[in-house]
Amino acid sequence: MQKIGVFICTSCNIADRLDIAELENAAREQGAAVVYSREFLCSKEGRAFIEEKIKEDGLEAVSICACSQRVNYDVFNFDNVAVDRANLREGVVWSRFPIGENGEILDDSTEVVEGVTFKDELMSLAKDYVRMSVAKLQSYNFPQPYKPEEEISKTILVIGGGVAGLTAALEAAKAGYDVVLVEKEKELGGFVAKMKAHCEVKPPYQNLVPPIVNDLISQVESNDKIKVYKGATVTNISGAPGLYQVKIKQGGKEEEVKIGAIVLAAGFKPYDASKLEHLGFGKIKNVVTNVQFEEMAKSGKLVRPSDGAPIKSVLFIQCAGQRDENHLPYCSGFCCLASLKQAKYIREADPEAKAFIIYDHMRTMGIFENFYKSLQDDPGVFLTKGKVVEVSEGENGKVKVIVDETLLGEKLEIEVDVVVLAIGMVPVTAEEPVLNLEYRQGPGLPELELFYGYADSNFVCFPYETRRTGIYAAGAVHQPMTIQQAIEDARGAALKAIQCLVAIEEGRAVHPRTWDFAYPEFDLKMCTQCKRCTEECPFGALNEDEKGFPIQFVTRCRRCGTCFGACPQRIISFKDYSVDMIGNMVKATEMPEQGYGQYRLMAFVCENDALPALDMAAYQKKSIPVSFRIIPVRCLGAVNVAFIKDSMSKGYDGILLLGCKYGENYQCHFIKGSELANRRMENVAETLQQLALEQERVTLHTVAIDEVDEAVNKMREFEEEIKGFDENPFKGW
Amino acid sequence: MAQLPILVVGGGISGITAAVEAAETGYEVILIEKEPSLGGRVAQLRYYFPKLCPPTCGLEINYRRIKTNPRIKVYTMAEVTEISGGAGNYKVKVKIRPRYVNDNCTACGECEKVCQGERVSEFDFGLRKTKAIYLPYPMAFPMKYVLDKDALAPGDLERIMAACKYKAIDPDMKEEIKEFEVGAIIWATGWKPYDATKLDNLGYGKFANVITNMQMERLASPWGPTGGKILRPSDNTPPKRVAFVQCAGSRDENHLPYCSYICCLASLKQSIYLAEQDPEAEALIFYIDLRTPGRYEKFLKRAQEEAKIKFIKGKVAKIEEDPETKDLIVTAEDTLSGKKVNERVNMVVLALGMQPSIAGLQIPGLSVDENGFVTSEEGIIGCGCAKMPLDVMTSNETATGAALKAIQTIIRG
Repeated sequence: MQKIGVFICTSCNIADRLDIAELENAAREQGAAVVYSREFLCSKEGRAFIEEKIKEDGLEAVSICACSQRVNYDVFNFDNVAVDRANLREGVVWSRFPIGENGEILDDSTEVVEGVTFKDELMSLAKDYVRMSVAKLQSYNFPQPYKPEEEISKTILVIGGGVAGLTAALEAAKAGYDVVLVEKEKELGGFVAKMKAHCEVKPPYQNLVPPIVNDLISQVESNDKIKVYKGATVTNISGAPGLYQVKIKQGGKEEEVKIGAIVLAAGFKPYDASKLEHLGFGKIKNVVTNVQFEEMAKSGKLVRPSDGAPIKSVLFIQCAGQRDENHLPYCSGFCCLASLKQAKYIREADPEAKAFIIYDHMRTMGIFENFYKSLQDDPGVFLTKGKVVEVSEGENGKVKVIVDETLLGEKLEIEVDVVVLAIGMVPVTAEEPVLNLEYRQGPGLPELELFYGYADSNFVCFPYETRRTGIYAAGAVHQPMTIQQAIEDARGAALKAIQCLVAIEEGRAVHPRTWDFAYPEFDLKMCTQCKRCTEECPFGALNEDEKGFPIQFVTRCRRCGTCFGACPQRIISFKDYSVDMIGNMVKATEMPEQGYGQYRLMAFVCENDALPALDMAAYQKKSIPVSFRIIPVRCLGAVNVAFIKDSMSKGYDGILLLGCKYGENYQCHFIKGSELANRRMENVAETLQQLALEQERVTLHTVAIDEVDEAVNKMREFEEEIKGFDENPFKGW
Repeated sequence: MAQLPILVVGGGISGITAAVEAAETGYEVILIEKEPSLGGRVAQLRYYFPKLCPPTCGLEINYRRIKTNPRIKVYTMAEVTEISGGAGNYKVKVKIRPRYVNDNCTACGECEKVCQGERVSEFDFGLRKTKAIYLPYPMAFPMKYVLDKDALAPGDLERIMAACKYKAIDPDMKEEIKEFEVGAIIWATGWKPYDATKLDNLGYGKFANVITNMQMERLASPWGPTGGKILRPSDNTPPKRVAFVQCAGSRDENHLPYCSYICCLASLKQSIYLAEQDPEAEALIFYIDLRTPGRYEKFLKRAQEEAKIKFIKGKVAKIEEDPETKDLIVTAEDTLSGKKVNERVNMVVLALGMQPSIAGLQIPGLSVDENGFVTSEEGIIGCGCAKMPLDVMTSNETATGAALKAIQTIIRG
């Protein structure tokens, strides 16, 4: 950008503590074409003033030297004009104070070292921010929406024809999208189709209804926007969102279809009951699983498997092979409801029959308590907390069950015709990748390892977050769930698939950087095929050619900048974010000569969590050391080692990276940005060693967004630590 | 004719999610919220289970999605009073209460400094007061002050108007009724804690140290009334022994017949809060069933490892106060041993059930069931806890799905 206008706001204490004329000069020196200062820049008049000057002066870019980039975003937004925000309010006048020995705020005229007042330091910081902003805009290029050469496919592939898959297919079709539905069984409907009945999925949630899939199947089969492949599997998916090539195998034939986005609704398998011999399965004929019992009920043959005698009594063992480290460690969420339902079958089939349900915790979540209650008054259904200690063969083909730790306070011995094991669900993805992606990072979803093979997002707020852009899991492959939840979930996943196609059409990123039109561009001439980018990309956006060069799939990319941060050759850049840009910003700051007596520190700060925490500190008027220059970054994963080298060679005495918490409960919106940055610190330490600099000079800390005091304290402690070292010897070089 | 927008009613996590998901799919959205800031219940929480991460992290990114998306218009202090018309073409009357602070507000805070009048903070469930002019919470959206005129002290108005350099205080602002024409409505008004004073035997409102689980969240919040220190109200000392009363109001025909879904998990989470502050602190959880479905089973294990929890299966029959120490004696029947238990604790947390926010209200054009949960129909789509008790993750699943149902309604026209 050439024609840059700088607008300095004098309100909100900015002019009270800063010398505006000096800031104006700094902007001019840095190359701003025009510089204006006025009060209350965010007012209607202020905004109109900027607009007018943009027109008058023919500005391509404006630097708004006022408040944090997090506020007044909509106010300082001008068509076809690049905007940068120099944070003079939260970043300078509201967060940097001279602090006395007892923590009191002193006057800005206080001397911090001989001949230097706090005001001098504050001005130096503010001028740096103004210069950095101009330098940033000088290196800025307008992002251009990504338009693939190939035509974008808007067809949605749904893998799985159970209740979730059918719902996703229908809901997408109702929104006007073409759908390809692939079901591996010969018939649609999945597990629900094999049911006799289930609890209704609408108020009052207490009656049994015939399987909802019957209706869904006929709707899907009669919908001309949905093409159904039965007895078929997806053997290969290559390409990227909007541009997938999907191979579908049906019978002996293989077909290739173009696909835009994918809903993965492959469902679950019942847990392998042969592992439950201790509960009598496989040894005693009249011990069956809840899946087998459902089939018996559906076929109308509620009889003992051993001799075909009508069932007069059933005992349900809850959590069979579940919530058990030796089997499934989790709760499957549906089995309490299923056993209650099956107890009702028995009671309805024969009013004399008895049902016993032995549970640990009755989990009829939320509104499904209604169904539980509807059975509690039935004297033929006997419910107790308890622990099954023995299942053995009794007299006359009966099964004897010994239950301990019951609510009756005594051991119970119950003889029943049939024992039903309430076994849990195993997501299909726990055993096979299903998707068969032709991705450098593997055929399946990488998130599976976190939760027992479920394609779960690990984000509380964003249940459809996915590490394979364009592929959204729904139903029992997503989380263990009930039919009602699977329907809701599938609808959400269908929306996400559609939304991804809309974003691709507009040429922008999908969540979380939905506003972002820029994308990484690779200058492969300098690539050394080190493969760091292809290995580290959290979203598997890059493949590799046979020589090891990255092959980019922009529509898979989420713009986190992890590749950019990883690249030792600095060949990756965004139109609006590059190594040169940050380098120029660092260069634009003024570095005092050796022996000045005040240190200069650089902080690269995650924009989503650490930066808001620092803004909060500013609102509470907490003091951040004035030595810190802060550069917000999209993610610590997007911090290239070059930033650190540039800062060190400029003369910064210490560099702090502030990012999100990592580990199993990571908070990084790009999965592991701060974790990767931390790993890269090893390389940084080596570099520092070569320069004979202490490795503590570059430090990474993690803070959560609400850890305002911690963020401030970590900055203060870092300053103290750096003060223990000599000044950076490269100062003034 | 141009496509009509989607109206999202409720700016909590479900409403925000529905709004951004619909807007990012290319549709115009009007998002209305009755409080002065978006954020809803989750903004009041310290952490989400099971990750123990702050809700403001996800809100931050959602707020950014709203700020950068010109398709979303947000109105705060706004409530629906009437719906007429039908799917594809609704007329919705919305009452907008006066904020008495206009868009000029820069959140500089000068007004708050000079204001003397105070008001009870509902955001903190009465655990502290704010000034009569206040910011709803530190990360409020919009980042604008609000004036509670009734709480002004004599001379306050003149003082705050003089302190505001931006002419942002507008004491003459009037209530407004706006009428929107929308194609579909997503109803995401969420929940409120059940009125604890209706639970006579549990002593809420009578005994200082009986608090609700949402109050516990505020006590644990670093931005809360105690700066994040869990202190019992009677004497501001850290409690060593805390009883959690599960199903307080829930699963009870006399109160809320349903299970409120989140309360077991919330108490486990709050037991971890206690352990963080004092590893010796003991949590006694009185429960009927521990409901930690799905992957939350792992969270149950985590809580058992990280906190000192004693589980007692039994419904609490009564709570009494020791007038000397203000400790509480909790009586319950341990259904496993069949014995009556009396436990002395320093503080009691009621795991209150959730009730739809609109329970008891009559909004013409909106159908609800006997508990006040919205029953979806063509064009008016309920989601989140306005529809049924849910956790955040599943609320957002329903909200995302609701966006699609709304879009389908709009397309059909």
